Amino acid sequence: MPNALRRIGLAAAATMLVTVLPACGDSDTDATGTDPAATGSDQKITVYSGRNEELMEPLFEQFTAATGITVETRYAGTAAMAAQLLEEGDRSPADVFLAQDAGALGAVAKAGLFAPLPAEVTDPVPAEFRSSAGEWVGVTGRVRVLAYNPELVAEADLPSSVSDLTAAQWKGKVGVAPTNASFQAFVTAMVVAQGEEKAREFLTGLAANEPQIRDGNGAIMEDVEAGRIAAGLVNHYYLGEIAKERGVAPDEINLKLHYFPGGDLGSLVNVAGVGVLKPAADDPDVREFVDYLLSVEGQTYFAEQTYEYPVIDGAPAPAYAPALDALTVPPVDLNDLDDLESTIALIQGSGLVP
Amino acid sequence: MRRWLPRPVLFVAALLAVTVALLPLAYLAVRTADAGTDRISQILFTERVARLALRSLGLATVVTAACLVLGIGSAFLVTRTDLPGRRIFGVLAALPLAIPTYVAGFAWVSQLPGFEGFWAAALVLILASYPYVYLPVAAALVAADPAQEEVAQSMGRGPWRTFAGVTLRQIRPAAAGGGLLVALYVLSDFGAVAVLRTDTLTRAVFVSLELGFDRIGAVVLAGLLVAMTIPILAGEAATRRRGVRYARLTGVRRPAARILLRRWRMPALLVLTAVAAAALGVTTVSLARRLAAGVSRPGAWSEVAAAAGASISLSLAGVALTMLLALPIGLLTARAPGPAATLVDRLGYLTHALPGVVVGLSLVFFGINVAYPLYQTTWLLALGYAALFLPLAVAAVNGAAVAAPPVLDDVARSLGRGPLTVARTVTLPLMLPGIGAGAALVFLTCMKELPATLLLRPTGVDTLATELWTHTTVAAYAAAAPYAALLVVVSAVPTWLLVVGTGVLAKEGAR
Repeated sequence: MPNALRRIGLAAAATMLVTVLPACGDSDTDATGTDPAATGSDQKITVYSGRNEELMEPLFEQFTAATGITVETRYAGTAAMAAQLLEEGDRSPADVFLAQDAGALGAVAKAGLFAPLPAEVTDPVPAEFRSSAGEWVGVTGRVRVLAYNPELVAEADLPSSVSDLTAAQWKGKVGVAPTNASFQAFVTAMVVAQGEEKAREFLTGLAANEPQIRDGNGAIMEDVEAGRIAAGLVNHYYLGEIAKERGVAPDEINLKLHYFPGGDLGSLVNVAGVGVLKPAADDPDVREFVDYLLSVEGQTYFAEQTYEYPVIDGAPAPAYAPALDALTVPPVDLNDLDDLESTIALIQGSGLVP
Repeated sequence: MRRWLPRPVLFVAALLAVTVALLPLAYLAVRTADAGTDRISQILFTERVARLALRSLGLATVVTAACLVLGIGSAFLVTRTDLPGRRIFGVLAALPLAIPTYVAGFAWVSQLPGFEGFWAAALVLILASYPYVYLPVAAALVAADPAQEEVAQSMGRGPWRTFAGVTLRQIRPAAAGGGLLVALYVLSDFGAVAVLRTDTLTRAVFVSLELGFDRIGAVVLAGLLVAMTIPILAGEAATRRRGVRYARLTGVRRPAARILLRRWRMPALLVLTAVAAAALGVTTVSLARRLAAGVSRPGAWSEVAAAAGASISLSLAGVALTMLLALPIGLLTARAPGPAATLVDRLGYLTHALPGVVVGLSLVFFGINVAYPLYQTTWLLALGYAALFLPLAVAAVNGAAVAAPPVLDDVARSLGRGPLTVARTVTLPLMLPGIGAGAALVFLTCMKELPATLLLRPTGVDTLATELWTHTTVAAYAAAAPYAALLVVVSAVPTWLLVVGTGVLAKEGAR
């Protein structure tokens, strides 16, 4: 009975006629709906989100309920989103870029796409969590940690510095995600703080120690929890995400977090943050959105739902993580993390990536 | 003899159509020119790139060879032997098309920890793509005129020697075309190689973009992928002999004699069962386990339904545009074969090995700079699907046009009908099943596509594939599972229709 295919053929032919022809006429309505030159409030903003829909959508719904402003969101990885913004240039329909690390925000800022944020927006955020030129501002803090399986690693054997992971006793035991932006930011920080030679030495040593390469932090966490890897370099909040998926408290997960002590680079604090695209500089809806992200309400959402650190006073700290000021974090300026070229060359040269 | 359409018109239409498929190449050229020769040679002429290119070619070779064996073998067993349950296997052999490789790869590695590397990726890709060979070969075996085989047998050749000498020759164009699609698919695949951790050229393209948004590096490597498709295309063309057609003009469809498997029945049955279990069972079990293990909320049913609706309507737009563009190319190669037609046809394949993310970026560039009113509308995404999947549609249209012999047009014309009436009453009706098959194949491929969809979809629109991606990147597997399941189920419908179209399910007198 090729009749079915014949019918599909007919339907396809009909669809071609019905859909393609009118499209030539009215296709421009969608695109001009988001007029980049609009300055007055139209109760609508367009956000490019390099952060996950699962994490962000409830917050946006909360914002819409509070303000009546609709959030149109595009979701993709932070790197893909930045690449799309760079390709779009000043014709981008985006009003706001929400990114997972300072490096991506820095790269878009470098291309001259962001409008400087007013001082009253950025001032409540500590200087180390925002761009010095005001082109982007951190929304949450995230700390690099070593996640380890307590059945495979004794507390006494935990390294005091991330550089110790190149030692023989860690051979084949450490999970890393070299394509992940957080890992790159950490390597860039190492270049900034200790020089390129030291960073190269570390990466070569790490690569020679047969690390377990994964695509992202989530995969490392799963394998550490299951005992397939002893330890892995990740960000602190993934523990909360895994616990949420399992429906248990974070301390019931078979996995512990080690915060490198004494300001070691292994415990770099990075941010997720936002930048406003130039055409949207004076849009009051956009301003309200950025204000909301940095309000006590918005910051509480992050602390409770994504287990990240708030960047303003007055919001609670995340449930299972130590207080940020109790940690000694390395003194790295996030503004210096936008130059990724040498980092990429180093990571590629080390053989950690194809 | 006058033809159905004056050829110049058809040629120009085909040329315009293939331009769409070539848009990404224009982008590659622009971006590569920006980079300058120094930067390009710095990227290209390294041991790393040589290693990646060799691994990509190796993977394509291994997977294509295995798909040819598996695809031709299953098609033969299902259509030409007395294998028990052959109608069921006729369907099972096509169903892997409904499963995206990223879902299959994930299923394998979560069932078998440590299942990774070149051979793991090869296995998953073989099981996912052998239907590209199975379907056209099964259709060719059903449609082939048994007269040639009967002649061979009457001259004293046994069934197996007849198969090797006559049947294989008849299905060679179908098998070569399917093999070509497999090879190009493997070159462009990102899902399986990323999940199963094999570093290929395509993965390096993605990693370049991940690592500090290195568009130049990504684009130069993508250009190398395009260059690699040229020898593959030439190889496929060399297996075809010019002017050979196996369309039958006479009489009713008559089934070929079935070969009795005898003591090979059980082994054949076991092999096909094992293949189906590996290709379909692993994914099913893994999805079910993920669904049961997590507690993340699978979202409201309205969200799942909205994503399904968006997937279907975006894919339909992609199908409509792709088929519209494929018609002139398919007709041209069937009705006016020659170097010009071959060139146009082959040009369409050049971008088929490009990773979706590069095609996506190139259409972002095109949309922003050339066709801004289309930017972030359904139609720019449809254009992306057309650029990616045009060859799938052209192959189907071409096959249909060849099976609708021009002599029938000529007869109608000689009876005094005008060219448009002939097209409407004779040519198109004969081609409809082929157009339908192409539409079904393009539809299910659009449903599974992820990277270009992420870049090109209208803002705020979620599809099943993008929702699946969203949930798996935060380890919300239980929330992801319904999207994966629905994606597979919806894609199974066109797959089923493709099987029906081969004719392997047709009722016939048993022998």
